[in-house]
Amino acid sequence: MEIPVMVGAGLVVIGVGIGIGRIGGSAMDAIARQPEAYGKIQTAMLIAAALIEGIGFAALFAT
Amino acid sequence: MRMTYFTKFLFVAVLFVGGSVLARESEPSSDEPQKDLKTEIKEYIIHHLQDSHDFSLTSYTNDAGEHVYIGAPLPVILWDNGLQVFASSKFHHGEALAEVGGNYYALHHGKIYKTDAQGTINYDAAHHPTNAQPLDFSITKSVVMILITALLMFWLFSSLAKSYAKNGGVPTGMGRFFEPIVLYIRDDIARPNIGESKYKKYMPYLLTIFFFIWFLNIFGLTPLGVNVTGNIAVTLALALITFFLTNFTGTKDYWKHLFDPLGDTMPWYAKVPLYIILVPIELLGLIIKPFSLLIRLYANMQAGHIVLGSLIGLMFIFKSWLGSTMSFGLAFAISLIEVLVALLQAYIFTMLSALYFGFASAEHDHDHGHEEEPELMHL
Repeated sequence: MEIPVMVGAGLVVIGVGIGIGRIGGSAMDAIARQPEAYGKIQTAMLIAAALIEGIGFAALFAT
Repeated sequence: MRMTYFTKFLFVAVLFVGGSVLARESEPSSDEPQKDLKTEIKEYIIHHLQDSHDFSLTSYTNDAGEHVYIGAPLPVILWDNGLQVFASSKFHHGEALAEVGGNYYALHHGKIYKTDAQGTINYDAAHHPTNAQPLDFSITKSVVMILITALLMFWLFSSLAKSYAKNGGVPTGMGRFFEPIVLYIRDDIARPNIGESKYKKYMPYLLTIFFFIWFLNIFGLTPLGVNVTGNIAVTLALALITFFLTNFTGTKDYWKHLFDPLGDTMPWYAKVPLYIILVPIELLGLIIKPFSLLIRLYANMQAGHIVLGSLIGLMFIFKSWLGSTMSFGLAFAISLIEVLVALLQAYIFTMLSALYFGFASAEHDHDHGHEEEPELMHL
């Protein structure tokens, strides 16, 4: 009972890590392409990252 | 491109599985004293995460073998067929019964139970106490911290306002530090998300909630050992304020968007089967938005405290110059990250609140775009 839940939470966290990593990377690309839009890109990045992060925490607290 | 991501993922997954197997094999056979230390650290961390009835900074065991606590007792306020007020020093940190007005109260894992004169606590099958719990309105550690923060903010910002009035709008002293932050919240959070015409009425709330969460997060990192924003009741209250503000200031268009999202684009008989699905989803979104706010703040701060506590605890588990130094370095680095997280979570909470206020105060029609429309309409 306990082990599958933990493995599942671990997989979710890996997914969350990949997701936030891609958001960060894409934001970097976007900033490099349009440095003048830095503020807007950063805001959108943080919101998206926060929303994904919530899922990760939900998984962590399920264990 | 996809394939490379996938193979990388597989590689990492294999590494993880292999690593965990290796870790399991090389795990030292846990002898008794080490296990004791581990459970002790675990209990210490859990104790730190909880609210408590006294403000204890530290404790140690003296030569005579008794626990000495350094800190201050806090008032306990109970409603138990009448108001009962006494100092939490009566509990002696959970070691003694408190007798007040003929009633006996025991402190058991941070909660107050009513007991008989011997202090017996009855348990049910799941080892939960079955004793009566009086209504607890105590000034706990979190409440003290909230009051201190509120007073600090009141003093800070009213003195700032006075200094601005005296110097003709020129920031001096602390104002030089806080003015850019306030301006950032106004120009980069409130204005683009709520809209030029309406942002002003939300500004006091946004500023208050930002500084309140930020200060409490920062206080959580000091050796005071408080975990206020990592308390789900506190974040629930904060999220509820945002929820009520969103819905009570909602315009006609906001409610129309909830219950009639398609508007005039369809005849009513086409909308009915769609709305059976759409309206419940919209209503669910109404609740999920503040719920995600409260979980995000709570989980982030809770997780930060657990990680920090565990890394500090590792120092005492390793007990070697290499391992302890490394875990100290890690704890230091994580502390620095936590300073960033403290600011980031306050920012995210304020940002999302502003976004929700933006939905609520949006006055748009679906046919032609509007300048005031928030950038992210569907989250």
